[in-house]
Amino acid sequence: MAGKTTIIVHSGDMDKVISALIIGNGSLSMGMDVSLYFTFWGLNRLKKGGLDKGPLSKMNMLGMGRRMIKGRMAKANVASLETLVKDFKELGGKIIACEMTMEVMGITKEQLRTDWIDEFGAVGTYINEARKSDITLFI
Amino acid sequence: MAQIDLDCRNQNCPVPLVQVRKALKKAAIGDVIEVSGTHPASKKEIPMAVEAQGQELLEVKDQGNVWIIRIKKVKEA
Repeated sequence: MAGKTTIIVHSGDMDKVISALIIGNGSLSMGMDVSLYFTFWGLNRLKKGGLDKGPLSKMNMLGMGRRMIKGRMAKANVASLETLVKDFKELGGKIIACEMTMEVMGITKEQLRTDWIDEFGAVGTYINEARKSDITLFI
Repeated sequence: MAQIDLDCRNQNCPVPLVQVRKALKKAAIGDVIEVSGTHPASKKEIPMAVEAQGQELLEVKDQGNVWIIRIKKVKEA
């Protein structure tokens, strides 16, 4: 049993990006292939230095909630976003960056962590990944 | 054939699963991975991942509040 998981990371919220990466790493750990497709607000997290800069989806309170959650996660030994991405890449996970979002938001390749990105693509790339997938999610 | 010890005590989801997958990729066929941990869900989920990958689950046991899982690499991962 192999299988594949494809996730659209549309949100740039810290908690949602963490969820996407945990599901991605869980899938890789089960021996599956994984593609994460970063688009819209999610793409901001692929900017250099932007990975852990997302707000909380709820109770952000101008960043106070975000700092609190970070502290609580560290206390509960939850891996940091940096570790999650490092493991994701080490286990062969694929990261796709949305070219349309780059155009809309005026983001250039130079601004992005191209060392993480395997491919630049648009909706066709996502569909092509998703049609071969057993699990696909929109986060 | 070597034994690889993985200490995942106090590590939370999904670290123990990820560490087992990394170890399975690196190990040689015939190697045994012994992972210890305290995260309750991982005790259930590591055997699931071992089965999904077609590797061999040798043993799941408890030692106080620590669980120990032994896995044999029987095919390429």
